[in-house]
Amino acid sequence: MNDILVDVRHLKQWFSIRTGLFATTPLKAVDDVSFFIRRGETLGLVGESGCGKTTVARSMLQLYKPTAGEMYFDGKPVNKNNIRELRKEMQMVFQDPYSSLNPRMTVGDIVGEPLDVHKLFKCRKERNARIAELMSLVGLSSEHARRYAHEFSGGQRQRIGIARALAVNPQFIACDESVSALDVSIQAQIINMFKDIQTKLGLSYLFIAHDIMVVNYMSDRVAVMYLGKIIEMAATDDINDRPIHPYTVSLLSAVPVPDPKISRERHRIILEGDVPSPLRIPSGCAFRTRCPYATAQCAEETPPLIDRGGGHFAACWNK
Amino acid sequence: MSKQKEAMPYEYILQVKDLHTSFFTDAGEVKAVNGVHFDLPPGKVLGIVGESGSGKSVTAYSILRILTEPGRVVGGEVLFKGEDVLKYTKKQIRDFRGAKVSIIFQDPMTSLNPVYTIGNQIDEAILLHTKRTRREARDRSIELLHLVGVNEPERRVKQYPHELSGGMRQRVMIAIALACEPDILIADEPTTALDVTIQAQILELMQELQKKLGMAIIIITHDLGVIADMCDEIIIMYGGRVCERGNADDIFYNPKHEYTRGLLRSLPSLKRSKDRLIPIAGSPIDLLNLPVGCPFAARCDKAMRICLEQMPEELELGENHYAACWVNVRDICKEAADE
Amino acid sequence: MRENHNKEFKKNPLSIQIDLSKFTLATDQEKAQQDIMRESTTFWRDGMRKLSKNRLAMASLIVLIFIVILIIIAPSIVPYGYEQMVTVNGVRDKSAQNLAPFTYSELEQEYMDDNGEKLFPHILGTDHLTRDYFIRVIYGTRVSLIVGIFASFIVLLIGLIYGSISGYLGGKADLIMMRFVDIIYSLPDLLMIILFQVVLDQTLAPVISGIPILEKLGTNMISIFIVFGLLYWVSMARLVRGQILSIKENEYILAARSVGADTSRIIRKHILPNCISVIIIATALQIPAAIFTESFLSFIGLGVQAPMPSLGSLANTAREGMQSYPFKLLAPASMICLIVLAFNLLGDGLRDAFDPRLRR
Repeated sequence: MNDILVDVRHLKQWFSIRTGLFATTPLKAVDDVSFFIRRGETLGLVGESGCGKTTVARSMLQLYKPTAGEMYFDGKPVNKNNIRELRKEMQMVFQDPYSSLNPRMTVGDIVGEPLDVHKLFKCRKERNARIAELMSLVGLSSEHARRYAHEFSGGQRQRIGIARALAVNPQFIACDESVSALDVSIQAQIINMFKDIQTKLGLSYLFIAHDIMVVNYMSDRVAVMYLGKIIEMAATDDINDRPIHPYTVSLLSAVPVPDPKISRERHRIILEGDVPSPLRIPSGCAFRTRCPYATAQCAEETPPLIDRGGGHFAACWNK
Repeated sequence: MSKQKEAMPYEYILQVKDLHTSFFTDAGEVKAVNGVHFDLPPGKVLGIVGESGSGKSVTAYSILRILTEPGRVVGGEVLFKGEDVLKYTKKQIRDFRGAKVSIIFQDPMTSLNPVYTIGNQIDEAILLHTKRTRREARDRSIELLHLVGVNEPERRVKQYPHELSGGMRQRVMIAIALACEPDILIADEPTTALDVTIQAQILELMQELQKKLGMAIIIITHDLGVIADMCDEIIIMYGGRVCERGNADDIFYNPKHEYTRGLLRSLPSLKRSKDRLIPIAGSPIDLLNLPVGCPFAARCDKAMRICLEQMPEELELGENHYAACWVNVRDICKEAADE
Repeated sequence: MRENHNKEFKKNPLSIQIDLSKFTLATDQEKAQQDIMRESTTFWRDGMRKLSKNRLAMASLIVLIFIVILIIIAPSIVPYGYEQMVTVNGVRDKSAQNLAPFTYSELEQEYMDDNGEKLFPHILGTDHLTRDYFIRVIYGTRVSLIVGIFASFIVLLIGLIYGSISGYLGGKADLIMMRFVDIIYSLPDLLMIILFQVVLDQTLAPVISGIPILEKLGTNMISIFIVFGLLYWVSMARLVRGQILSIKENEYILAARSVGADTSRIIRKHILPNCISVIIIATALQIPAAIFTESFLSFIGLGVQAPMPSLGSLANTAREGMQSYPFKLLAPASMICLIVLAFNLLGDGLRDAFDPRLRR
């Protein structure tokens, strides 16, 4: 039995942005991205704003209609015929704990919505029992089900969002910056919870964050994105110890480290310039405008993502 | 360009003493700041670290007196060069803000006025506080943009905020803040809204500027990584009070407050091992219902009954290292008793 | 050396008075006592609480309730009809014209002296056709209120449906639908009303000839309803569309889709409940506008047909006799002002209490 649960091939998500009265430009949010996730594995997806990581997650869940590319879930191709069924297998936890819960619904109804939509429980009592079970799974008491979202703190709301995602027993959850909006002391609680649930239920995660330290902690493998493309993908330790792509190298060196000695001694590679706008992606390798190793070839041809050995993929002509 | 500030006749350029600030809402009094004090020597960098609800930003706004209704400073003093800012008249406070102490905010997108060019916005800061002509102000603006590392300043000066990237906008904010060569720059979460690679640029810029211009900086952040090697002194705040203060080595390698320890333990960055993180239990404090004792007690696994009943005071535990925690009292007394 | 320094932390830890017994670890229960959750309030309860604190809004509510009670029970108490001309002993009483409040005509006085009966007083006197003025004002208020509420209801219905479809669909459909709204917005409403009345008068008359209540209202009134329905829904549609556009941005809508909810469920359970408060407020503020418009139309003669009174037409008729009988103008005019003011204050109060945009 194949242990690959999610297989994404050549995913493209382009949006049409109106630039003039009749003209439109394509916003290439995701441009030919391929990856796979095994059962029980966490793939971390990291990158800065505008790199397309959130779009990848939403396209995977068919919340946007992909412009091109294919996706396979548990061997079956995903298309609009089976997407409704597959929504019981793939779920998502969102970033903003304040806008991802409907302020007019009770917490119980929010958590129970997937159950209601898929009509999983005929009997009201059983439904409520399941809701209570889910809430205690995420560390909330079942009597909180009568309350409304605004009565809870950010961390608790995120737990509610997680309970909702777990309601239908999915095999895969996309966590889109699910801890970024939380305070540091709460982040750790939620990260632990994600890990515990993964062990208990055998889930696969696509863990998206801009904080590379959190991604490192959660993930088995990490993919780094820049302006719509994956530029490096490898096991977590490989990416941290032996980064190949210049962007990854500078990203890792720029991350603020809460350790004065290390911080003082390390050599920070500060990139020049700003991230180009996703509407005007440089030709060839998108990173060449900020790369200290850029050559003429980088402007003409886009480097492909190649396996450099041992499952460590990188897309660079020069490194 | 300004030269290094001459040796200040003041030992501390800013002293905050027993500051109390509350918000009087429909639901009750939200006690955002409850007795904060610190001293800032000229030209030094102070880091204030805390999570949301700790009162760190409110402290900064109280210093500049830019609190929005229904917030009000209800007690304490803020001494700038010996004068109490809280007692300033309206004219004095206008001369104070922007010229003596300036602030840069978290979100450069909303802090710049979208309908004015950035040149106009920097000019405004200059013209408000100095007696320069428009021409001179514009020259100075271009100089400032150059100082903060904005390329092609002559062209940029005519651009509007939406034409610039996030990092550029933050630099413009810094330029506006520096326009009148303030003695103190307050940076309220200056890098939170920025990407990591841009964050690094901005932090480096701030360090350079600080060396060049000799002003004092107060950095307010929730990110321990940001202040790890930038600050001369670090203050950790929780529930509107200072928990611990010291230099970076004290705080990171020898924390003496349970909250500080908890924060350091719960960061995934310091360990590459895959052991469970040790989070701080519970939820952030409700500022409407502050307990009588230590605000952190309900979440502290070393909490004692005295922690719930009595507010701990700050005690000196090392050279310029202070913490307000009953556990330290217990440990010291135990040691003394053992001797 | 720290001069001028906060002396507070110079304390030697050993000098603090301490009670050793307190240095035992606190139990979880003791800690949990601090962690009580505040009482649960729903959005509605919270809003009602805010509203009840607003004295002007509460006063307006009471005034409106009082008016409604008055117009319901007054006809049962006052024995005169709104089109009934005063008769004494079955004889038309010409002397009962334009009586002052609480006076009787000569014939009525005679009748009372002869028979010893007490005739019900004319609380506001009579008009030039010897009809009891008070009851006419009551009926006028009825008409104005009913017209105001019904017209607002029609506006609400059409605007809600149009706005939600336009807002939810977005894209090209929304673009076209909103251009249509723009066109209607730019039409001059008064001109349209007059035109419609002229046209509809001919066509409607045979249609309503069978239905007494519609006949009573008159073609004028019905055409007002129709025109309201055709013209005034646009601002409601824009409001609803705006609400829906902003609600659509929230992640909980995306979450509902990711869970598998279909469009109708999303609109029913997620979008509409979140706009309701804004819609209610807009409707509450729409009612006085409708009443005022109807009064104005009746004032210029385009409103309900005689003999059915409306506050506006009463005011119009009273205009001529303003010098001699000022109260005849004051009564309907004050009633209009009172109702419009009350609804406006109530609407403002509702907005302050319920509008999510104003919340901090």
